[in-house]
Amino acid sequence: MLTKRIIPCFDVDRGRVVKGVSFVDLRDAGDPVGLARAYDRDGADELVFLDITASHEERESTYQMIAETADQVFIPLTVGGGVRAPGDMRRMLEHGADKVGVNTAAVERPALIEEGARRFGSQCIVVSIDAKRTSARGEPPRWRVYTHGGRRETERDAIEWAREATERGSGELLVTSMDSDGHQTGYDLELLREVAGVVGVPVIASGGAGEPEHLYRALTEGGADAVLAASIFHFGRYDVATLKRYLAARGVAVRPIVDAAAAAEREVPGA
Amino acid sequence: MLSPRIDPRGPDLTSEVVVVDYDAGNLRSVRRALEHAGARAIVSDDPGVVAGARALVLPGVGAAADTMAKLRQRGLVEPLLEVIASGRPFLGVCMGMQALFELSEEGGEHPCLGVLPGRVVRFETGAPVPHMGWNTLDVVSAHPLLAGIPSGAHVYFVHSYYPVPGDPAIVVAETEYGERFASVVARGNVLATQFHPEKSGRTGLRIYENFVTLARSATGTAAGGAAR
Repeated sequence: MLTKRIIPCFDVDRGRVVKGVSFVDLRDAGDPVGLARAYDRDGADELVFLDITASHEERESTYQMIAETADQVFIPLTVGGGVRAPGDMRRMLEHGADKVGVNTAAVERPALIEEGARRFGSQCIVVSIDAKRTSARGEPPRWRVYTHGGRRETERDAIEWAREATERGSGELLVTSMDSDGHQTGYDLELLREVAGVVGVPVIASGGAGEPEHLYRALTEGGADAVLAASIFHFGRYDVATLKRYLAARGVAVRPIVDAAAAAEREVPGA
Repeated sequence: MLSPRIDPRGPDLTSEVVVVDYDAGNLRSVRRALEHAGARAIVSDDPGVVAGARALVLPGVGAAADTMAKLRQRGLVEPLLEVIASGRPFLGVCMGMQALFELSEEGGEHPCLGVLPGRVVRFETGAPVPHMGWNTLDVVSAHPLLAGIPSGAHVYFVHSYYPVPGDPAIVVAETEYGERFASVVARGNVLATQFHPEKSGRTGLRIYENFVTLARSATGTAAGGAAR
């Protein structure tokens, strides 16, 4: 049975994790490889790195970081941030990313999605949508797409954009509610339901996770296939293993923290 | 035990597992996973290097027609078939599995390598496509490639199409996603997984270890007679 995924997200600046956690046993919490390994051990199903490096020249450190992480952590890695052209996608994939997140550049030039999907396959292209509610209370809900890290409003309707992005070849959508993001009061379930209702690709919920219950609701009522979270981990209140145990106890199929092959190895003395 | 530590005096696998490069994405992860498993792998698109490999891995992401076109452009079809026909260990991963079958329905009907009987079809169950994420293996026929990996182990899938083998006897493991499909197949020296072992954590690394073990024993047998 296909399991629901828990995906920790890190912000990375010049190859260093700037918003990460505090794993007590890590000597250097800014070290992407160390963090990735810790999350992998803890049962994370994928990892997302959001590159916030301002200058294009300093991107080299990001590529290096992707390579070092991919060399040691054998779970899927998605890297987003500053992707403008198929060449940027190629460099990330060549350095070991499995998927590339695109946001602003895709909104400005939607053909980028087709170009990426054609060259690298739809499964590599994750369109990331920052959505903010524009409807007044009592009205049918509507969301507007924002770009430039949420700083710039566009004319696009988020649900329409979700549909168009998948028609153009996005293999997955990362949907962030700007209203919920950072508040730890729960994902925007209505937004998730609307998006999941119009697209045929997996939807990753993002923005608002503060309690295990929030993940549960996004994956059930919200219809999301995966949950992305940052602060819930970064403040050290919950770890992936705890969240997985919680979800499993509530009947959500998740990949066990210690999977069958590793468990079988432990049972065989000397193996 | 089964764990494949390289004996310095044993068969030398240095650079002998060749990962076929046809511009298909995650070659780096495949090579690293093989190295992790004790082999020294090289990535190559040189037809001569591919033809001379002691063991081959054909990885892959992307579309079938594109994959076949790139393999042809680079002159890799003949060397691949040569390695397979010679009995040397071969592992196809994801698109590298699908390419082994006769025909893919992805974007029309495209002839593939035709090493295994059957065709590749799209998921039509209403569930989200691509089938993306961690799903379980149901082992239907024991095989050394899955040594140490019980039914119920989770592995990472990303695909919209899947092969329907013409010969059910080649199915080693199945996975359920709206319908049951063959997620691992094997016939003789030809092994293939629809999921990505290089992205499947500990379970996936074990599969590469098993492949390297198989490659070593095959190489050892071959090297026993004629020195290369």
